[in-house]
Amino acid sequence: MRKLTIPEEEYMLPGHTACLGCGATIAMRYVLKALGKKTILSIPACCWAVIPGVYPHRALDVPLLYTAFEVTGASISGIREALDVLGKEDVNVVGFAGDGGTADIGLQALSAAMERRHNVFYIMYDNEAYMNTGIQRSGSTPWGAWTTTTPGGKKRMFKHEPKKNVAEIMVAHNIPYVATATIAYPEDLIAKLRRAKEIKGPKFIQIFSPCPTGWRHSPDKTVEISRLAVQTNFFPLYEVINGKYKVSIKPKNPKPVKEFLKLQGRFRHLTEEEVEYIQHEIDENWKALLKKERCSQEE
Amino acid sequence: MPIILPEEPTPIAKVPSTENKTGGWRTFRPIIDYEKCIRCYICWKFCPDTAIDFAAPEKHPAPKDALKRFDTVEINYDYCKGCGICANECPANAIELVLEQNVGGEEE
Ligand SMILES: Cc1ncc(C[n+]2csc(CCOP(=O)(O)OP(=O)(O)O)c2C)c(N)n1
Ligand code: SF4
Ligand code: SF4
Ligand code: SF4
Ligand SMILES: [Mg+2]
Repeated sequence: MRKLTIPEEEYMLPGHTACLGCGATIAMRYVLKALGKKTILSIPACCWAVIPGVYPHRALDVPLLYTAFEVTGASISGIREALDVLGKEDVNVVGFAGDGGTADIGLQALSAAMERRHNVFYIMYDNEAYMNTGIQRSGSTPWGAWTTTTPGGKKRMFKHEPKKNVAEIMVAHNIPYVATATIAYPEDLIAKLRRAKEIKGPKFIQIFSPCPTGWRHSPDKTVEISRLAVQTNFFPLYEVINGKYKVSIKPKNPKPVKEFLKLQGRFRHLTEEEVEYIQHEIDENWKALLKKERCSQEE
Repeated sequence: MPIILPEEPTPIAKVPSTENKTGGWRTFRPIIDYEKCIRCYICWKFCPDTAIDFAAPEKHPAPKDALKRFDTVEINYDYCKGCGICANECPANAIELVLEQNVGGEEE
């Protein structure tokens, strides 16, 4: 006998080639637990194109189609329409792409797929940089982070632009379901996917997925950092269902963002003032989110 | 020239990744102290390598009799990469990370 809080069924096999402690891998494990066997994935160039292993290896028990970096949105649109023509409407079609593939190069294909309102899931696993090609900055890299293209150093060339908010861009498409999630809260993540599954139309879920290799943190801290991202309001968890916001977790006494930053080498260079600036931005963003929740819930 | 089509027009990856024994990547070995393990399955929940399996309740000792009706857990060292997430998340501090070269020889 055993009491589990997430589904027992496993669709991700061991022996995959992700780095040790990879958050993106945990994200995939939960997504498939939530959606089950009747799922087809489309994955563009990203770490997850490498994690299943070199041909002829496979690490997943569901069909997976590799696609070009910029076209995940187009790919899932086509798969969905073809399945519908075949009468296979009960199959989940899932685009599973990195933040570079979503926030930057795949944004127009994603936007078009959402606007056409295909009945698909689009999962953005957000490790906040182009990891597969060696940690280059993306639109989703947060302010202050070191990457190989924002190297810091004496000239302080860390990233000086704020993180692009893709979930909000998706809300602006008026799609029925948008949510954020992260791997430290698997029950929340799985509940969100299951709620999304009940909705016909485009669904977008952004999963914050720590990356020990790119964030320069110890691999045993992946889940802890994911949890701290929520407890510090660095990455708030919320849902937007038909335009109505609902914040999933409201930390009673949010921790200072420093606790999240200090575990990661990518933020090591930051001064006290720079950390204070990040804290200020987080506080403002959090207030804005709560305001959106209040306003959208009012009739 | 005749066009030679491949036997399989679409290459399909059929070999399960379980062929790939990633345990060889390990620097640290997580070792469960069953005298402390409260069978909460949190390690199983967070393992990125699905390298923690369930085992029959009687396979390992338990700190309390009341726990003996629950299944226990085992780490599959063929695949565990030694990330240490399980040790970091275990609420009972029942998992210790031991440098592979310091692990006693009897298990190998
Ligand atoms: C058109 C095109 N440009 C560039 C690349 C090279 N490339 C492959 S993966 C990748 C980075 C992917 O970053 P992201 O989407 O964030 O996924 P991650 O690797 O971080 O998981 C790049 C630049 C490519 N495959 N195709
Ligand atoms: S680079 Fe990061 S996201 Fe990519 S496999 Fe390694 S840990 Fe995972
Ligand atoms: S997390 Fe710790 S206490 Fe819980 S099952 Fe694993 S080893 Fe046992
Ligand atoms: S060390 Fe990492 S890979 Fe090994 S069992 Fe623990 S969580 Fe899984
Ligand atoms: Mg990325």
